[in-house]
Amino acid sequence: MRGSFAKITKIVSAGVVAAGLLASASARAADDTIKVGILHSLSGTMAISETTLKDVMLMLIEQQNAKGGLLGKKLEAVVVDPASNWPLFAEKARELISKDKVAAVFGCWTSVSRKSVLPVFSELDNILFYPVQYEGEESERNVFYTGAAPNQQAIPAVDYLMSADGGSVKRWVLEGTDYVYPRTTNKILEAYLKAKGVPAEDIMVNYTPFGFSDWQTEVSAIKKFGSAGKKTAVVSTVNGDANVPFYKELGNQGIKAEDIPVMAFSVGEEELAGLDTAPLVGHLAAWNYFESVDTPENKKFIDDWHKFIKNDKRTTNDPMEAHYIGFNMWVKAVEKAGTTDPDKVIDAMVGVSVPNLTGGYSTMMPNHHITKPVLIGEIQADGQFETVSQTPGLVMGDEWSDYLPDSKDLISDWRAPLSCGNFNVKTGKCGGKGTN
Amino acid sequence: MMMLRAIGLMLVLTMASVLPSQAAEADLRAAIAKFAAATGFSATEAVVRELAASGDPAVERPLSALADGNLYVRKADSQVFAGKEAGDTIELLDPLSGDKVADAAKTDLTKIKVNNGLRRTIRDALGTLTLRAKDASVRLAAATTMFKTPDAANIEPLDAAIAAETDPAVKTLFEQARAASILVSDKPEADKLAAVSVIAARGDREALSLLTSVEASSQGAVKDAATAAIRAINSTLALWDAGQNIWYGISLGSVLLLAAIGLAITFGVMGVINMAHGEMVMLGAYTTFVVQQVIRTSFPGLFDWSLVIALPLAFLVAALVGLAIERGIIRFLYGRPLETLLATWGVSLILQQAVRTIFGPTNQEVGNPSWMSGSFDVGQLAITWNRLWILVFALLVFGVLLYVMKRTSWGLQMRAVTANRRMAASMGIKTPWVDALTFALGSGIAGIAGVALSQIDNVSPNLGRGYIIDSFMVVVFGGVGNLWGTLVGAFSLGIVNKFLEPYAGAVLGKIVVLVLIILFIQKRPRGLFALKGRAVEA
Repeated sequence: MRGSFAKITKIVSAGVVAAGLLASASARAADDTIKVGILHSLSGTMAISETTLKDVMLMLIEQQNAKGGLLGKKLEAVVVDPASNWPLFAEKARELISKDKVAAVFGCWTSVSRKSVLPVFSELDNILFYPVQYEGEESERNVFYTGAAPNQQAIPAVDYLMSADGGSVKRWVLEGTDYVYPRTTNKILEAYLKAKGVPAEDIMVNYTPFGFSDWQTEVSAIKKFGSAGKKTAVVSTVNGDANVPFYKELGNQGIKAEDIPVMAFSVGEEELAGLDTAPLVGHLAAWNYFESVDTPENKKFIDDWHKFIKNDKRTTNDPMEAHYIGFNMWVKAVEKAGTTDPDKVIDAMVGVSVPNLTGGYSTMMPNHHITKPVLIGEIQADGQFETVSQTPGLVMGDEWSDYLPDSKDLISDWRAPLSCGNFNVKTGKCGGKGTN
Repeated sequence: MMMLRAIGLMLVLTMASVLPSQAAEADLRAAIAKFAAATGFSATEAVVRELAASGDPAVERPLSALADGNLYVRKADSQVFAGKEAGDTIELLDPLSGDKVADAAKTDLTKIKVNNGLRRTIRDALGTLTLRAKDASVRLAAATTMFKTPDAANIEPLDAAIAAETDPAVKTLFEQARAASILVSDKPEADKLAAVSVIAARGDREALSLLTSVEASSQGAVKDAATAAIRAINSTLALWDAGQNIWYGISLGSVLLLAAIGLAITFGVMGVINMAHGEMVMLGAYTTFVVQQVIRTSFPGLFDWSLVIALPLAFLVAALVGLAIERGIIRFLYGRPLETLLATWGVSLILQQAVRTIFGPTNQEVGNPSWMSGSFDVGQLAITWNRLWILVFALLVFGVLLYVMKRTSWGLQMRAVTANRRMAASMGIKTPWVDALTFALGSGIAGIAGVALSQIDNVSPNLGRGYIIDSFMVVVFGGVGNLWGTLVGAFSLGIVNKFLEPYAGAVLGKIVVLVLIILFIQKRPRGLFALKGRAVEA
């Protein structure tokens, strides 16, 4: 019964896809532009972060058109506003693919918005480029993850803090906002720290709600935890808006980076723009890109950005670089495939290599994650980060964490013949368990 | 050897305070020049150590410059300078004398990189060098550093410093730093026991931290003494913790009070379910931002006054917007709570998006004036200035509002209209105008709350969203229509919240508070202080 039902849905969905393809083919033939969907919130709580990404996509598309477009056609951006509303993300994605017939979509910020659009992208068979660092434990055929997986950010950051340069930290506070990314990342970090021999009583995990603004109790708890005679550090997965009051409280209560450094995964140049950073000098962040990186590519990117946005005070940040890489990869894959047909482009994507802004090349791996360098930066008084440590080579994104019992046997490889996002190497079967 | 070094150090210190000798200065310059060739943090650290080992207080200037990230190498000739930013160029200063040498563009210079480890090394080095500084606060800082990084080599210079010290506060800290150093030295047990009691007398977290590591690393009587001291400190700290929770609760309560007090007028007194209340707070915060922007560009000297200047402006801006909302929308909807709710919700979205369009979606930087930064200690309690001022300000606003409501004729009219509109109208009160002005007053108060909240929260278009639910909670809990109820409600919610937080965590704590309020409202639907009289039935 179940089997036949599955069969029916398969046939139906295949029919839908075929119809969709036909429709899109005719639509494409009708005009000589290629449409690119931009799915970022322009209103609501996430607008603070996502509006910038919409702007950077418009800039990249404009630049590509200035270079003569793609496959002899002009690119056309289709911007929609999912308004920080997770179900609306799915609706807008459907609208972009079915109604506007876009060739690919660049979008989403929060993990929950990504999870909400996943079924749409696999059903309508289109491509999503996701530019933000995330918790991993996922690999979808239709999604390319250009942000960092935990092993490209969290793990190297903790390694740095454990090293002599980072202060040989022995005691850890894992402070996060209460949602899926911090919880999964902290689960991975806790397992990793324990594997490195850190006893359970030297790890403190604490969560606060979204947009939390009264940090007095938490900061004094950190102070208290840090006065046990061992070097202490805070690993912060505190998200977005809550960071400003958090850092203000740290500064006011006199927690200096030399004593208890805070390593943040969600604080970039954009977040620091609303802050007086003088009391925060020396607190850390781990990213794959900093605006302060001194390369010719980055200088050009920043100049272009200032010119495009007509404001030379606007900062650049890591997710913007991720879109830069993702867009250029897509352009290259489309040129390689000779078509914008999503199926062919998805196959052409793996192995594509484009320059990143930190002076190297990023390559799309078979698990749909990319290779990136990991940079650790210290906050400076001018609101920028200064790189104090960099991984010697590129780090390949690991979608299934090796430190979680449910995912350590899983791998992902979207090349034929395996073509599977969660292949279990123990059982030799496709279809394993993730943690969320 | 150690003795010799210490004497040498003292000699250098005394000599240096008179006049740095020519030879010593040449040595220092040679050492500083090595920064140019040092690549990597460990190489830089070696140079720092060399400079520190010279024992010359003159190295304070280049080392502080380095710690602040202000030491540069000129690319053209690899010379090392201290730098001071002046617009796009950097003023190059002599690293030792601090005299201006030249100007240079940023691109012609390489900044010598520092990290936390280096900053720590420099801080420790400066600690020993500045023990005899003229400025008592510098000596205090030196003593604090030496307390945190005890080292047996510190005992001798500290002994000399203690003998020469006149300031009792600094002297006590020196003695504590000496005790800390004795504990890590190989001095006899009796000395160490005395040191433990000196540190135990300090009784704070730093002492606890030090004693914990002493307890772990020593044996016998010293270990026992440390254990006993830790137990004693812990029990006093537990008391201070309770005090701290109360203070945090009061502080959270003052924020809630500020956010809710405008709503206590628009919702409490007038009965308008005003979902755009949070946006009035946001407008106040943005007014502060604009005021600071103008001050920064045109009158930098006035920065410490920016908040005082912003207060009346924020009141005006929010009150005018409130007036427009009342005249334009709400007056057509009196007695229709559901429509009012939806209409004001719409207004809140419009205001948010308008601000987003004008100022951009990102956070705006609102600086803290110097009198609102930092903290001071009361016993073991750290009280931050911004929170204290916000508490004072909240109570002040409350007092003024109470006065307006109870002692002025306008307040009387407001209360009359609330109590019985028709009777008030027949007494000759222009009720529509009283409504409009009351709403404007409530909005204006929300605006000045925004000035205060800009000091502790993000100034972004979403600022108001975070406060609207809490504000309604406070007003409903305290009793609709009663200002005192809002005061008591805000502080009790704040304190309950902060007492739950250390045990239940912030997320669960908030849930528990909400559940408690629901239960409370079940029992007393009109809140803590129910309004009596005809208005209740109306």
